[in-house]
Amino acid sequence: MLLITCPFCGQRPEIEFAYGGEAHIARAADPRATSDEAWTEYLYVRGNARGLHAERWRHIRGCGRFFNALRDTVTDHFVATYKMGEARPDRTEGKQP
Amino acid sequence: MADVAMTMTPVRRAPLDGLAGDPRARWAVPMARFSLRLPEAAIGAASASLGLDLAGPINNVAEREGCAILRLGPDEWLVLANDADSAAIAAALDRGMPDRRFSLVDIGHRQTGIVLDGADAADMLSAGCPLDLDLAAFPVGMATRTIFAKAEIVLWRTAPTRFHIEVWGSFAPYVWALLKEIGREYPVMENTP
Repeated sequence: MLLITCPFCGQRPEIEFAYGGEAHIARAADPRATSDEAWTEYLYVRGNARGLHAERWRHIRGCGRFFNALRDTVTDHFVATYKMGEARPDRTEGKQP
Repeated sequence: MADVAMTMTPVRRAPLDGLAGDPRARWAVPMARFSLRLPEAAIGAASASLGLDLAGPINNVAEREGCAILRLGPDEWLVLANDADSAAIAAALDRGMPDRRFSLVDIGHRQTGIVLDGADAADMLSAGCPLDLDLAAFPVGMATRTIFAKAEIVLWRTAPTRFHIEVWGSFAPYVWALLKEIGREYPVMENTP
């Protein structure tokens, strides 16, 4: 079974977690002042990266916390996990499992 | 005190009444259950109020006679206590934390407890729980929310061969029946203490 490292609970089995979409997408501070294009971009447009991807996960069957993860979408390898609010770790390459 | 006092007595259901189970599983005695949420800055005051250290590591249990507090996450604790003490717990927090930076929710009506006690307890749970239940990886005094087959549970190891399972009332008959089914693989030893 794939193990995911929760920043709070440590290594836990994959089925305790839920995927939460791409990370680091900030909502506009003033949506009314945002152009339609920028709002559409915020709502719908995602990177769909091949390789390293920063994404949100939730340890829903554990501590319940959201956290961010860097995952290689080709190998499904989790390169790093980090708490919400922390900066994306400086990695450029995923790893083969 | 007035606004934190319980305004009604929660309805306690008896989801396992009359259901046959595995001889190693028993229904835990009725107890008070609270979900306690508070920010990191309030942990010290809450610990002092309850007489138990809440600052311990996540997924560990702080315990004294008649009260156990399971740290489920960075800001979430599950309080299990003697039924008679439930009002006292709310009152103690209210007294010790005048700024009210906490939330204490009575979940006694929501979930129920199952105690699984036997030499094969860890193996039986492993049939439905994905965690490593080896004594080194999941020692006595560790407790966490996890899953057991299709049900969400809180699992607490109270002794090397004894586990306390907290499960929502509507899932309790399912967990109970599944433990009975799994138990068929593990014969009950007559000579175990």
